[in-house]
Amino acid sequence: MKPEDLLYATTHEWVHVAADESGGKVATVGISAFAVESLTDLVFIELPEVGRQVKAGESFGEIESVKAVSDVYSPVDGEVIEVNEVLRDDLERLSQDPYEAGWVAKIRMSDEAALAELMDHTAYQKQCADEAH
Amino acid sequence: MRDARSTQLLFELSQAGRRATTFPTCDVPERLLDELMPVAARADAPPPLPELAEPDIVRHYTNLSTLNMSVDTHFYPLGSCTMKYNPKRNEQLAALPGLAQVHPYQPAATVQGLLGVLHDLGEMLAEIAGLDAVSLQPAAGAQGELTALLMAAAYFRDRGEERTTVLVPDSAHGTNPATATMAGFRAVTLGSTPQGWVDLDDLAAKLDDRVAVLMITNPNTLGLFDPQIVEIAERVHARGGLVYLDGANMNAILGITRPGDMGADMMHFNPHKTFSGPHGGGGPGAGPIAVREHLEPYLPTPVIRWHEGRYDLVNDRPKSIGRVRSFMGNVGVLVRAYAYIRTHGAEGLRNVSENAVLNANYLLSRVKHILPVPHGDRCMHEFVASASKLKSDRGLTAMDVAKRLLDYGYHAPTTYFPLVVREALMIEPTETESKETLDGFAAALFRITDEPAELVHEASHSTSISRPDEVRAARKPVMRWRDESAAEE
Repeated sequence: MKPEDLLYATTHEWVHVAADESGGKVATVGISAFAVESLTDLVFIELPEVGRQVKAGESFGEIESVKAVSDVYSPVDGEVIEVNEVLRDDLERLSQDPYEAGWVAKIRMSDEAALAELMDHTAYQKQCADEAH
Repeated sequence: MRDARSTQLLFELSQAGRRATTFPTCDVPERLLDELMPVAARADAPPPLPELAEPDIVRHYTNLSTLNMSVDTHFYPLGSCTMKYNPKRNEQLAALPGLAQVHPYQPAATVQGLLGVLHDLGEMLAEIAGLDAVSLQPAAGAQGELTALLMAAAYFRDRGEERTTVLVPDSAHGTNPATATMAGFRAVTLGSTPQGWVDLDDLAAKLDDRVAVLMITNPNTLGLFDPQIVEIAERVHARGGLVYLDGANMNAILGITRPGDMGADMMHFNPHKTFSGPHGGGGPGAGPIAVREHLEPYLPTPVIRWHEGRYDLVNDRPKSIGRVRSFMGNVGVLVRAYAYIRTHGAEGLRNVSENAVLNANYLLSRVKHILPVPHGDRCMHEFVASASKLKSDRGLTAMDVAKRLLDYGYHAPTTYFPLVVREALMIEPTETESKETLDGFAAALFRITDEPAELVHEASHSTSISRPDEVRAARKPVMRWRDESAAEE
């Protein structure tokens, strides 16, 4: 996935929305390259349980680096249908390739209203530039 | 000059049969081990304990101790930890036989002196807090927090109020949300304004009748005094909640203002920070708490009482949450705090805070040109600088600077905390440092920013371990020594 094509939450999660076979909307969620770099060396990730109902803005996982533990927030409303199990043992995937191999969870969206709260790539880059100083 | 041989693991230094003592011939008849303990109950082989002579052991530990940085050997501006110099006088006083050589099971009548010291320390802490009653029992600041929150829970249970949440600003100490959770509450984070104060709009949005306690650190972890504190406390009280003040940063306000005057109902002290108890080694610590009168019935037992001309211990307190620590807590640390407070007196304690704040502001003004301080030009006893500019200009991170400082003979500041400042370096010089020390530290920072980036990236160069593999330490920790040669056989 190209970073330019994604939507972003203020809390640094990215979202890619696609339709599944039944026509429902599935959001793939990950953590932005900027956030991954800021966290520095990653140590652990706690992934949400498959089947969990989440609301936009709700913490549904944790990521721990050598610096700190940070919450991972769901950017959308819906049900967690898949998580990237591989990350539990191989966080390098997230550090090296946050937009493809390092995705975190897939959520079948129950409502699309939360998407309106997200930023496009340009707006997100501006937020990152502000935060970096 | 360094003796690297003696700092190997004791297991590696071991030589079969070597001993530190020779036992005299046994003067009672020896009996066979088989008679004393059946074979089935015994291990197949003795445990592989290291076998060493006394000089091996003494050199091992003495050499290890020289690899440490300490307040007695180095400037130690570790933000949030208040690494002030601990006067040796307090050690002498705490070692007095009447204080150090008594047993916790002695009858109260035979330890009146020690009970008097603890009783008076409680009264002094209450005065410094601006609150009414004290418990010296908690063994650390975090346990003090937990004790106070358990008391708050008991208080609301008593009143028949069901309150489930605890509000914690994001500028509070990291222990606060953990304490709230441990005490059975749900911790809810409050945001900060750009200048580092509590966001009052966020408070208004989250403050309701379910809020039991607001836990605030003031001055906060950014080294800023939140001037809205009285209004914040009034708002929490208006909804029936309690205010807890984390006293970790008391070194900034001794004798100048008091948590009770700010509206706090409960607080803890960190005697190892504010009152020069020894840091480190994981304890023993102390975390005395002070509370307002309406919470006094819930204090842990026993409580020391001055009654009919003598001190006694009162356990008959039906509303008490009970014991949180054996006996009277870690008395040795408390005696040092008593000695420190008595040595300084009221005026002296105020001077401590004034000089702590002066030193921090002086150092801030010296370093802000290379390490900008995002939350302004004035601070309390500590400040949080950022290496962001250094990172974008020269690729040097807060960690690089911190590691390189070790080579210059300075302990590093706290790095990457608080999280609200990127590339954070949290610097707290304390009142016990001279202008020369502060100037030397600032000069070292300036020199580091001019050094070749490669040199700084690879620092520290002078320590026995430079950069441990933190990821591996967290993911694959080696928790015990194994004799690998034996395992191969």
